[in-house]
Amino acid sequence: MKDEVTREERVTNLKGLGSSRKRVEDARFTQGKGHYVDDINLPGMLTGDFVRSPYAHARVKSINIDAAMALDGVVAVLTAKDLEPLSLHWMPTLAGDKQMVLADGKVLFQGQEVAFVVAKDRYIAADAVELVEVEYEELPVIVDPFKSLQSDVVLREDLDPNAPGAHGPRKHHNHIFTWEVGDEDGTNAVIDDADVVATEEMYYHRTHPCPLEPCGSVASMDKVNGKLTLYGTFQAPHVVRTVASLLSGIEEHNIRVVSPDIGGGFGNKVGVYPGYVCSIVASIVTGVPVKWVEDRMENLMSTAFARDYWMKGKISATKEGKITGLHCHVTADHGAFDACADPTKFPAGFMSICTGSYDIPIAYLGVDGVYTNKAPGGVSYRCSFRVTEAVYFIERMIEVLAIELNMDAAELRRINFIKKEQFPYDSELGWEYDSGDYHTAWEKALKAVDYEGLRKEQAERVAAFKRGETRTIMGIGLSFFTEIVGAGPVKNCDILGMGMFDSCEIRIHPTGSAIARLGTISQGQGHATTFAQILASEIGIPADSITIEEGDTDTAPYGLGTYGSRSTPVAGAATAMAGRKIRAKAQMIAAYLLEVHDDDVEFDVDRFVIKGAPERFKTMGEIAYAAYNQAIPGLEPGLEAVSYYDPPNMTYPFGAYVCVMDIDVDTGVPKINRFYALDDCGTRINPMVIEGQIHGGLTEALAVALGQEIAYDEMGNCKTATLMDFFLPTAWEVPNFETDFTVTPSPHHPIGAKGVGESPHVGGVPCFSNAVQDAFRPFGNRHTNMPHDHWRIWKTANDLGLHD
Amino acid sequence: MTNQIVKMTVNGEKKEILAEPRELLIYVLREKLGLSGAHVGCETSHCGACTVEIDGKSVKSCTMFAVQAEGAKITTIEGLGTPDNLHVLQENFKEHHGLQCGYCTPGMITRAHRLLQENPNPTEEDVRFGISGNICRCTGYQNIVKSILSAAAELNAAKEAAQ
Ligand code: FES
Ligand code: FES
Repeated sequence: MKDEVTREERVTNLKGLGSSRKRVEDARFTQGKGHYVDDINLPGMLTGDFVRSPYAHARVKSINIDAAMALDGVVAVLTAKDLEPLSLHWMPTLAGDKQMVLADGKVLFQGQEVAFVVAKDRYIAADAVELVEVEYEELPVIVDPFKSLQSDVVLREDLDPNAPGAHGPRKHHNHIFTWEVGDEDGTNAVIDDADVVATEEMYYHRTHPCPLEPCGSVASMDKVNGKLTLYGTFQAPHVVRTVASLLSGIEEHNIRVVSPDIGGGFGNKVGVYPGYVCSIVASIVTGVPVKWVEDRMENLMSTAFARDYWMKGKISATKEGKITGLHCHVTADHGAFDACADPTKFPAGFMSICTGSYDIPIAYLGVDGVYTNKAPGGVSYRCSFRVTEAVYFIERMIEVLAIELNMDAAELRRINFIKKEQFPYDSELGWEYDSGDYHTAWEKALKAVDYEGLRKEQAERVAAFKRGETRTIMGIGLSFFTEIVGAGPVKNCDILGMGMFDSCEIRIHPTGSAIARLGTISQGQGHATTFAQILASEIGIPADSITIEEGDTDTAPYGLGTYGSRSTPVAGAATAMAGRKIRAKAQMIAAYLLEVHDDDVEFDVDRFVIKGAPERFKTMGEIAYAAYNQAIPGLEPGLEAVSYYDPPNMTYPFGAYVCVMDIDVDTGVPKINRFYALDDCGTRINPMVIEGQIHGGLTEALAVALGQEIAYDEMGNCKTATLMDFFLPTAWEVPNFETDFTVTPSPHHPIGAKGVGESPHVGGVPCFSNAVQDAFRPFGNRHTNMPHDHWRIWKTANDLGLHD
Repeated sequence: MTNQIVKMTVNGEKKEILAEPRELLIYVLREKLGLSGAHVGCETSHCGACTVEIDGKSVKSCTMFAVQAEGAKITTIEGLGTPDNLHVLQENFKEHHGLQCGYCTPGMITRAHRLLQENPNPTEEDVRFGISGNICRCTGYQNIVKSILSAAAELNAAKEAAQ
């Protein structure tokens, strides 16, 4: 056969690794043909809706459902009493705690689920919710974790105050756990002796992932076949299946969980919510499908929040700026139930990455988890298990230390970065950073923005401000972050006992196209596009001829799902490994067809060629056909493979960000003039998709740093439960971002990829915050808490006397 | 509550549906007419996921009763382009990675469509202001803006060529 296509063209045709392949998902999404949970309508389906508590802490004296039941079209009203015989009035959380599904005697946060109304349509359900009469007796409300630890008021009466919790002993009836890493005495000794010490307290406010699509589920119990099908907004469908089985007693093979298209997750859709459980029970009770979809207020008031960390830091250094020690203590407000979604052994997630990108010889981290009368959660919002908090902490401590040392913050970072030759680097708090080249990234970033020039300009602007010539000041925000993603090695990472591997199963069809199924689920990341690219490069079948399927537990192999930027590091690795199994068998088939020994053929883009005689080859298409149609001695027919990948380590993407901002001191309005983001996510699969992820992550970073807050008043009323009060940036507030990169592959990942979806959020928040704080540094600012909304910025200016 | 007959033209087709006076247009479109492209993100007019075009205006269909649409001409995302012949905006959103999860996309494209009718030659600022009633949580808008500007350029070029 004559080969008229050049090798280069063959590579291009594959659209494999490194190709900015257009997304295959987009055809249906742009035509309005996405298929989200709320688009599912099954015959006879009923709608569920919650009666929710208006109080943050109250005893539930009685619930009267008579009037609601009397309403035409109402089919059932469930309360804790109905769920109790099934042992479903409480459910386990991912953090080893338990959570009420429906109020069992009391309510612990505003918006808590009290009763579940099931009706013919959403309007009737909403009417019936109004008709359920609940008698409450108000109890004292605690919204401050520090007060909570002092209070006589017992929030969780269901827990024995003297018994240990899921993470060891509890110090107080409102205390959840203490988690410590590192050498506290040693660290204190170093800090006490140091030339220079900077201390700071900072509050990383409570916020919420708020994906555009709220959470929801459709449960359909087929009593004839004994099968339950559950559709829902699940970032981890397989885990949901296992939990549903454990909770309901329905055998796991009789449960099918499907995550259809998901309208953004960002961590919000990792957990299991009462709505899911109630829709299942309601379907079992009524015998017909039941849909539950929350509205935006319910989403913001009751589903998983993020952050809410009170952090106290001490950092010491020599006079020259070499960091000698770091001490960090966190008081973590977990709300009414500990529903964090962290690997079991890490009750504060990977907060212990708080030594950041710096070579710090000794460090200590202590975290105390506390109950309050706020919604439960504590999820990784566009980050990997509390890394956002950790990176914010260290990047603020660096800035504060720079002030203490009277040193430039870029230089201070440069002095303390882990050096390229130190990788793999063992951090003091127990992580093995796989690879990095921080200095190169940093210098590239500083050069790209002309850092020196910016500082000069800033000095001139300060002088002009002092002369009264302008009312705006200029801030230069710096941040350098190291992420820790791809959870994780089964030896130390599990969720509810399930190891955090992931999986891929590939079938090659006789005509040379393929389908691959994974244990993850895309929520906009474009898996159908990018995983096909990984595979295309591995097996030589064009990405356009590979279907990627995720989210249906009946067909996809078991996996732990998509969050914490784990899809590429873990499922992406499984994909490559499964691809290699395919290739190994393909090699044997090719050798047979070419009548040579296995070792005499080698893989070349989309075919196997005879070594030294590349004109003699078999394409992957020919090999696939032969696999199904030819009896090959010693080989089973077919061409399929499956891989369950247990990562040997996490991956550690990193990046260098610079933000240049103007602040109007009289209005408090910041204007972002420039944002430069350099990301190193190892091998780049699809540059277009990477860039899109960075734009999105930075936008959510801007949101969090500049205003996106879940706030409560003293009565425990959630003050930010609508999009009027909860800041989501629009196209008007968001700038254009400049993206750049370096490539430092992960040495242990099969294709060297590290994951990227969350890096920009992790690195972006401190960068925006540092820009605001840097603008005020020449006027004596040291630290102010986020979110830097207009009022708080104005207040900072006012406190510093800039309005005098 | 008593149902009322509502007559409207949706994507060029005459429709007659029964709706309660309190029923929101978004639910009638999604559930009674099977046009599930427009989505619900807030039900309070903030997010724009439910945007459709009514009598030459962009309207958030979560904030309008179906009965108010009596006699109206409605265009939804399903009325723009066909699988074999995508609308220029749809093509450009694909080309410039103007979407990720896709939840905001139908509202966003429908809004952009109207915007380009009103202002065929928008600046970047015009586009940013013009779509500021539509929230996207995934893309950071940069590529959405790029998609719309590029669609505008393409439409203008086509117009010029036709003249
Ligand atoms: S659902 Fe209509 S504006 Fe959000
Ligand atoms: S693409 Fe997800 S909200 Fe816009």
